[in-house]
Amino acid sequence: MSEPTAVKRRSLMTRLHLRERMRDRDQAIYGILILGALVFPLATLFITGGSTAYIAQAAHAGTWVLLAIGLNVVVGFAGLLDLGYAAFFAIGAYTYALFASSQLGSSPLHHSFHFPFWLMLILGMIVAATFGALLGFPTLRLRGDYLAIVTLGFGEIVPVISYNLPDWTGGINAIGGIDKPWFPAWITGPWAGANSISIQQDSVCRNPFAQTQFIPCFSFGFDQVAYYVLIVILIFGAVILVTNLYRSRLGRAWMAIREDEVAAAAMGINTVTTKLLAFAIGASFSGFAGAYYGASFGLVSPDDFLFVVSITVLVMVVLGGMGNISGVIVGALVIYFILNTLLPSLASNAVSLANTLGLGSIVASNGTYPGLYNEVQYSQFLIFGLILVLIMLLRPQGLFPSRIREQELKHAAVQEEGSAVEEGVRV
Amino acid sequence: MSLHIKRGEVFALIGPNGAGKTTLFNNVTGLFQPTAGRVVFDGRDITGSKPHQVARLGIARTFQNIRLFDYMTCLDNVRVGRHVRMHAKLWDSLFKLPRERREEEKVTDEAMELLRFVGIAKQANHYARNLPYGQQRRLEIARALATDPKLLLLDEPAAGFTPQEKVELMALVKKILTRGITVFLIEHDMKVVMGISERIVVLDHGEKIAEGPPDEVRKDVKVIEAYLGKSA
Repeated sequence: MSEPTAVKRRSLMTRLHLRERMRDRDQAIYGILILGALVFPLATLFITGGSTAYIAQAAHAGTWVLLAIGLNVVVGFAGLLDLGYAAFFAIGAYTYALFASSQLGSSPLHHSFHFPFWLMLILGMIVAATFGALLGFPTLRLRGDYLAIVTLGFGEIVPVISYNLPDWTGGINAIGGIDKPWFPAWITGPWAGANSISIQQDSVCRNPFAQTQFIPCFSFGFDQVAYYVLIVILIFGAVILVTNLYRSRLGRAWMAIREDEVAAAAMGINTVTTKLLAFAIGASFSGFAGAYYGASFGLVSPDDFLFVVSITVLVMVVLGGMGNISGVIVGALVIYFILNTLLPSLASNAVSLANTLGLGSIVASNGTYPGLYNEVQYSQFLIFGLILVLIMLLRPQGLFPSRIREQELKHAAVQEEGSAVEEGVRV
Repeated sequence: MSLHIKRGEVFALIGPNGAGKTTLFNNVTGLFQPTAGRVVFDGRDITGSKPHQVARLGIARTFQNIRLFDYMTCLDNVRVGRHVRMHAKLWDSLFKLPRERREEEKVTDEAMELLRFVGIAKQANHYARNLPYGQQRRLEIARALATDPKLLLLDEPAAGFTPQEKVELMALVKKILTRGITVFLIEHDMKVVMGISERIVVLDHGEKIAEGPPDEVRKDVKVIEAYLGKSA
């Protein structure tokens, strides 16, 4: 009786490799993340009754996830401490902002460009990678702390330059009116609430080939769901590419350099070009994120790329689990959530909690006591620091540290070895 | 001083502490730039080459104080050694092109074969740092062999070994020879040196004081002096 069901269950489980996938922690995290990314917009739209505010925030968090994935290549894989990572983010954002707005029209160049977003996404990547290599070239002979200081300096230079070149970058006034991403057309249908399937062209965009002309197009505009979908796709692509690198010749070379540079060189790894590649590839993801950031916000200001950005991304990487991509993504989301949702709402939550508990006396201000709301508000970053210290005490290797991939155990060669040993025992 | 190593032999370099044995290795493998003198390998002047260039030409080495990639698996340690014989470019790896996949499979098989060769295949998925000392030495040899060397430099491979392990090491060196690899080793343990090497050079204070087959060197007066001091 029970035999057929057992067989059926086994075949289903094995067909999907479900058991192994669930046992593999990283795969489980990816599964939850993908599921969450799919469910999140629907759930918030349903709960808030159509408000896209949370989706916008999630899309913003996605920028940080991209940054963390990129910095993980430099810090986690290759072991190069980069404290100026925000510089590449700025370079990507400014590349898009300058070549997709009217900014350069009022610059000494007197000609504005409006390149399409999709082209600039790639170009932002290439420009940032180039700057990564340029910075890397003279500095990669430095090690450890010394490299960190030089990258720190670079991270300071870039915003300062954009502050001080108002003719080009708008300086403190920032660059506004940046073009939104667009498609030539979009297909709409019942799934989007329309009555019938039709081609949607709700906006006009500059013809990329003749910039003074406008053509009908589908613009992302301020549609937060569109940005959310875009960033999820970008992150998905980035994760696949970085995972591929991690499991390749280059990924192993990075880790070898991280572990022992002398031995890596003696094994035939050209440490200079390998480290340069780490810097350039790490920077390219940052440039990627920067172009997206400029497009989604429509405003690029030097204030967005200060030292605190570099440090925040580094915290995301370290806290998530250096060198482990899924851990770093979780770390980025956790830190983003703490910084942008938990801490800002902490004061009002504390007040309402105190009120419901009947502790009205600690809510009101009294003499030198500023009241509960202000008290919590003032100690926001104290609390943030405490959370960080606590996480690092509980999980010193980060939330999900990199560990031996279990699927490697299943490699045929190893299995063969195992069975050979068993045979030996039997004989 | 000058020394020549013949293809296919086991050549040993011995000498008291501080004689300059490891310095010589470092000069040959490009970790240090020699201030004078020439290194010629396979008829090619490789003086002043970078370490990775030397490895590409076919000289691999192990280190006196084991230098493994601690937080990488044994399999990955050996696959790193294979790096220099691989061809995958950045784009191949980024997009996992079939060519790259095939190469990875091949390299994994080759790495497993080498782990089997040195006898630690069962530990393939352990972190290198978690291996016992003797297996770490073996792993380092496997990693060096993965670079497909013509010449293998072993820096005190038997240091800290039990007598049993020393015997196993000697067997391993003989097995390496059958692969057509020339072995050049530094060793303090005379039993090992006398047991496997065909020619020995004795170094003291950066000078060669003796050269020849083990039996001759053993009786050399200068060698005995260098090790034990001049008798009064």
